[in-house]
Amino acid sequence: MATRIGSDEQMQAPAATMLDPSRLPYPFCPGCGHGHILDALDRALVRLGRPAHEVAIVTDIGCVGLSDQYFVTHAFHGLHGRAVTYATGIKLARPELTVVVLIGDGGCGIGGHHLISAARRNVGVTVLVFDNFNFGMTGGQHSVLTPSGSITATTPAGNLEAPMDVAATAAVNGASFVARTTAFDPGLDALIYEALSTDGFALLDIWELCTAYFVPNNRFSRKAMEAMLASSGMASGVLVHRQRPELARTLASASQGAPASRVAPAAGGRAGGIEPRFQSRLERRRSLTLAGAAGEKVRSAATVLARAAVLSGLYATQRDDYPVTVMTGHSISELVVSPEPIGYTGVPAPDILVVTAPEGAGVTASLPSRMGPGTRIYVEHSLAGRIGATRASVEPFYADRLGKRAAALAVLAAVAEREGLVSAEALRASVDMESRETVAQEMRQALEERQTVWEPAAPSRKVT
Amino acid sequence: MRRAFITGAQAIVQGALDAGCDFFAGYPITPASPILAGMVRALPGRGGVAIQAEDEIASIGMCIGAAMAGRRAMTATSGPGISLYSENVGLAIMAEVPLVIVDVQRLGPATGGATTVAQGDLQFVRWGTSGGYPIVAFSPSDAAECYHLTMKAFAWAERLRAPVFLLADKEVVMTADTVDPDRLVPYPVEGRRLADPGKPYRPYAVEAPEDVPAFAPIGGPIVTRVNTSTHDEAGYLTKQPAKVDRLNRHLSAKIEAAAREIEDVVLDLLPGATTLIVSYGVSARSARDAVLELRRAGRAVSLAVLRSVWPLPARALSRALEGVRRVVVAELNLGQLRLEVERLAAGGREVSGVHRVDGELITPEEIARAVA
Repeated sequence: MATRIGSDEQMQAPAATMLDPSRLPYPFCPGCGHGHILDALDRALVRLGRPAHEVAIVTDIGCVGLSDQYFVTHAFHGLHGRAVTYATGIKLARPELTVVVLIGDGGCGIGGHHLISAARRNVGVTVLVFDNFNFGMTGGQHSVLTPSGSITATTPAGNLEAPMDVAATAAVNGASFVARTTAFDPGLDALIYEALSTDGFALLDIWELCTAYFVPNNRFSRKAMEAMLASSGMASGVLVHRQRPELARTLASASQGAPASRVAPAAGGRAGGIEPRFQSRLERRRSLTLAGAAGEKVRSAATVLARAAVLSGLYATQRDDYPVTVMTGHSISELVVSPEPIGYTGVPAPDILVVTAPEGAGVTASLPSRMGPGTRIYVEHSLAGRIGATRASVEPFYADRLGKRAAALAVLAAVAEREGLVSAEALRASVDMESRETVAQEMRQALEERQTVWEPAAPSRKVT
Repeated sequence: MRRAFITGAQAIVQGALDAGCDFFAGYPITPASPILAGMVRALPGRGGVAIQAEDEIASIGMCIGAAMAGRRAMTATSGPGISLYSENVGLAIMAEVPLVIVDVQRLGPATGGATTVAQGDLQFVRWGTSGGYPIVAFSPSDAAECYHLTMKAFAWAERLRAPVFLLADKEVVMTADTVDPDRLVPYPVEGRRLADPGKPYRPYAVEAPEDVPAFAPIGGPIVTRVNTSTHDEAGYLTKQPAKVDRLNRHLSAKIEAAAREIEDVVLDLLPGATTLIVSYGVSARSARDAVLELRRAGRAVSLAVLRSVWPLPARALSRALEGVRRVVVAELNLGQLRLEVERLAAGGREVSGVHRVDGELITPEEIARAVA
């Protein structure tokens, strides 16, 4: 079916063409298929009946990249291989638009990953592959769609590589509509129209002749191409046509969810933030390193203390360190609390070191020797032997009776109170700011048990 | 007086939202991932779109497409991702695309240290695309500045129709910081200048070279053409030398003409001081501490903290250099800003640097020692 202009589906003032007559004719070589495909695209767009400003044509690099300037629609001429990414951005920004991507076989190689992901996402753009089996603009080099054995500028002895089946790739990865044909197919207009009408990702692999390079190099012809299509083992005609949710509209409807809250106080302090309401007698900057292990809730415990400091009118910073494999190994938090705004956030040698686990002791092994007089190390009693020579005073604590998830917070709270950093009330108020109630419950329990850490556990209850 | 206890990443997200950002695409990379996570949570509830793309190239590509369809777009990555953004940064310059790019610097080169702080991308963001054109970049030293400078980056991206970098770092983005509300200073963001629907539209037409062309979004009622290749004022490919020359000079002129207004330097100058410390980003925090210490010890030192790094705020730095004999530049690289300061300070001034590339922060003591 080769539908010409004047379809009965036109809702608005019918345009006879979407081409710009003042810019024609096309600049392509005699016999090149590009002009055929652009004419077919024009007829399909006319039949679609949308006004020019509701259509965007995105072009890749290569001879096909010259195409957009012959249309009166919106146009975007971008980088080689990336046309699908711009088209995706345009479609996500304005889901109501008809977005068409024109790329060559070269673009299918350099941008192949984008094609796969566009098919996966089923973003509602139509990709027309101007597939003439080689790079035309740069001198007839082979592409990822060049047939095996073909002679090109870079395969003088014949292409040793197998071509990618771009249509099958799009189809198997979830595209809503995929077809393969040639530029000579009288049904090309109808296929393009089908693709444009598809609510989802559509791709047409359109085989055509590059009369500058591929035809002379391979004694190629329309007849040879049609024979190749029949014998290649690649499917032709419509490969898939199916219903799947289209990404742009799905995202747009997801946007109707509940508004997110502010992460920072607005200017003027109308929302968010922490209102200081406790007193602190801290007179100078103090630093604390909490050295524990994954699973001990080290970072959450440090945040409770930092927030308690802010609740007490102090400034606080918190830096965390842990391995990329987050559920194993050390977990370290470095805190600075100060009555003054904090500049340098580093803690090369803390005023207070709290060691709750062997993993933390290992990573901070060099700290004790750097700590000076007047500093203190609080160490889980069984790890006391791992603290090397130091001028800091070393005090053991006993967390055996506490669960692994409670020990770090209980000890940190006990240390904070003993060191005069913040009050127990401030710590409780900080825990109250925890939004997950089950976590808050665990934290409250840990706070209540904080004073037990200074006493050795009864032998009968000791975990061995 | 409510205070915030937030990371730089949270402040960047809030700054973007307050700047009217309604499109974000990114790809996971430490230490920029918290911004991606924050945007995918924040934007949908506000009518925006946030998406994790298949790679960095697609991330910036989607942002460019959305920006030219009228959205306020932002993306965030780290040095390795900026490498992959490079060609599209050139597109954004050439096609005049308003876009905010957050670079959360980590130690490099290549994969480098994923969780390690550095300031090694200063010259990279300046020269990171082919062709050689001016770029705009702001560098925050704490969470409050992350908020303010993210908004400022949007303001200038929109106004200049150009990519603008927020040159942050692992430490500033991932460390939780206490922020006084009076330091969360918004920056007014006006939308890009729109085309007049009553007049014929040429997408890249400007009267003077430093003018910014009026914008018509893809999909809007005025049909437009976006072109990354050398183009004429109508957006069509051209090789005519006069038109090519005009385009290339325009791309530079619009940034250079705005340089004085973009310039953002916090000067703490002490009359009579002959020593000036210059820093930016996370190292500026240590520089401030060092200046406090030195002054307590009776030393007269001045401090210049750059919040805009590109275009180089030469005017403010030259003023700070008046009467100065010694300059100390503190940065987490081997002298990228120092190179610029040396040129400005030429003529009898001694310029030295405090540089670290071991993944640790510069301490205030190191800076104080360099001054002493």
